[in-house]
Amino acid sequence: MLSFILRRLGTMALTMLCLTLVVFFLINLNPNLKKLAISQTEMHTSAEQLEDWLVNHGYRQNFFVRYGQWLGILPKQPITDPATGKPAQRFSFCNDPVEPKFSGVLQGDFGCSTKFKTTVGAKLFPALGATGLLMFWVLAVMVPISLLIGILAGMREGSRTDRTLSVASIASTATPEYVSGVIFTVIFASWLGWLNGSAASASQGLTFYNFTLPVMTLAIYGTGYIARMTRASMVEVMTQQYIRTARLKGLSFSSVVVKHALRNALIAPFTVIMLQFPWLLTGVVIVEVMFRYQGFGYTLVEAAGNNDIDLLLGCSLVSVFIVLITQLISDVGYAFLNPRIRVQ
Amino acid sequence: MQIEYISAFDVVVGVLWRFWPVWVALVLVMGVSFAYKKKLGLYGQLFDSGVGIAGVGICLFWLFTAIFASTISPFDPLAQVSIMKDTLPGAIEPTSKLIYYFGGDKLARDVFSRMVYGSQIVLIIAPAATGFALMVGITLGLPAGYYGGKIDTVLSFLANLVLAFPVILLFYLLVTPGIMDTPIPYAMAGLFFLFPIIFFSVLFWTRYKNRPDRLYILLGLTLVVGGWIYIGLVFDKDPLKIVHIDPNQLNIFVAVVFASSPGVFRIVRGLTMDIKTRDYVAAAQTRGESPWYIMLWEILPNARGPLIVDACLRIGYTTILLGTLGYFGLGLAPESPDWGTAIKDASRLLRSFIHPALPPTIALMSFVLGLNLLADSLREQSMKD
Repeated sequence: MLSFILRRLGTMALTMLCLTLVVFFLINLNPNLKKLAISQTEMHTSAEQLEDWLVNHGYRQNFFVRYGQWLGILPKQPITDPATGKPAQRFSFCNDPVEPKFSGVLQGDFGCSTKFKTTVGAKLFPALGATGLLMFWVLAVMVPISLLIGILAGMREGSRTDRTLSVASIASTATPEYVSGVIFTVIFASWLGWLNGSAASASQGLTFYNFTLPVMTLAIYGTGYIARMTRASMVEVMTQQYIRTARLKGLSFSSVVVKHALRNALIAPFTVIMLQFPWLLTGVVIVEVMFRYQGFGYTLVEAAGNNDIDLLLGCSLVSVFIVLITQLISDVGYAFLNPRIRVQ
Repeated sequence: MQIEYISAFDVVVGVLWRFWPVWVALVLVMGVSFAYKKKLGLYGQLFDSGVGIAGVGICLFWLFTAIFASTISPFDPLAQVSIMKDTLPGAIEPTSKLIYYFGGDKLARDVFSRMVYGSQIVLIIAPAATGFALMVGITLGLPAGYYGGKIDTVLSFLANLVLAFPVILLFYLLVTPGIMDTPIPYAMAGLFFLFPIIFFSVLFWTRYKNRPDRLYILLGLTLVVGGWIYIGLVFDKDPLKIVHIDPNQLNIFVAVVFASSPGVFRIVRGLTMDIKTRDYVAAAQTRGESPWYIMLWEILPNARGPLIVDACLRIGYTTILLGTLGYFGLGLAPESPDWGTAIKDASRLLRSFIHPALPPTIALMSFVLGLNLLADSLREQSMKD
């Protein structure tokens, strides 16, 4: 088991290395650098001055050197001040070093956000905290509801409850966040006026009034999928011999479901829930933009829209890490929950 | 000038009336299918369940809407009639006396016509991109599952690499205006559009290797048609000027194919690994058939059930992806009538006007719902066998 986890961690590190290299390459394409230079300099700068700015701030160094610097295996060089000829800070608002120094992701320095004029760490981690809160409430709503729907539907396959709930879950998987968000806002905010259509005030304090709509919107897309998987797993378990035995020895239907079927039927949904995280990440971006909630997704869109290189790299590192770690947890957890695999 | 309105009842009747070519086509197709359902195989079996009929009905509805879009919609989707700005549903346009059934948006365009024309964009890009993703996934997934070993390790690693990207980040990196100045989208298009040609060439080669009369015709046809479309799409140099795609649409297309082919790859790989242990594969191996013959003519036909179901779900998912792109204003032109862009424009103004937001959301939701219902009932039917 330990060697399995270690091997997976190794693959994970390799994947992250490849992915960050790809992201680094795509962000540093020439048009993107031009865009960055234009947004960072004064209005009406000539093409040569833009080029000067890029050279000066070290954006024209060799690609692999810059990637190494970002990673922390090559020292970050200070820039030369064109006026005095002395070494100077690259970005003063980030307290960049004046002498060459190993300061990259491996040392815990995620770089400097040119859009928010602060270090990436200072921007990214509070945003992650805010998104973590959102994720927590989404999971707290989504998981119990979807498991309940799946179990009720799968308990008696082909019954009217099953058909109704199945169509409802199919409908929910057909509703992406930007659709349900609009519909919920129209119904609950514009029409009934019960809830707030913006979660901007949620950064100061969560209330039922400003946080329900984002949570509902984000939960609905995943609910149907998890419910369908739970149903499939439940249907399979209900046809097993031991369920029939339990019924034949005279146990009531409810006690068969609760004591015998549930424990075995919930193994597969666990994997599904863990694998929902990549989808939730996309959903988070849509919902946070739609409801103006200042979290990770909002930061990602701002970083991408303004070509904020270090911040976008930080965002992609975090999201790729989340995707890979949830995959690992789902594999390990599956083996742990399923005694048949654990014994082997 | 005062704008006159028709009643809500008239709006409903008017909208239903505007869709008349769709109803006619729908009744014809559904009637014929229903009458001959016994002879139509898997498609005919769909008409045995309510879910299946609903799925087929909704999908055909949007298909016919896309085909007859110019007859159904009373206005040009891009035309702006300034007096109709933000009008409520049922407003009468003063000069032509035609009706803005679902009102006007903030740029005074007809919401109803935009919704109808939006279906064209979705119904062209989503199935086509899914088709290409299927080709890529099948062509790479079959050898990965069949041979295993190093090929499998490398291809699976690459697929997992793409799958580990959150979709939205991938789109922000791949679908930006700046990237069109670089050769990346064209290189990717050149790579992806090669797969269908390879697929069909190998398909015909393995089957008709010993029958040159058939082989040369089929192979020649594949290369000519494939090469013609390839030149038109990738280099935009179609000598006949028929095949043409805008650079930004090509960019979206490539990004969507790139995002969804690893999923197909994984499914095909899994199915291949399962099917290659069957007896008929062993029999073909004993006969001395080539590996590619076994993959394409023994394994692939037996994997078609799950693949068809997946293709239906995937078209729905691609529709959602296109909507996401539109919602973030990536790739598609800002005035484009596609549903995602319309939702983006309308959702910013929800506080003042809700009517421009509802038609595109409901359209997108119903189309994806139709595809999901179709996939569900296909799965039910293929499980029965």
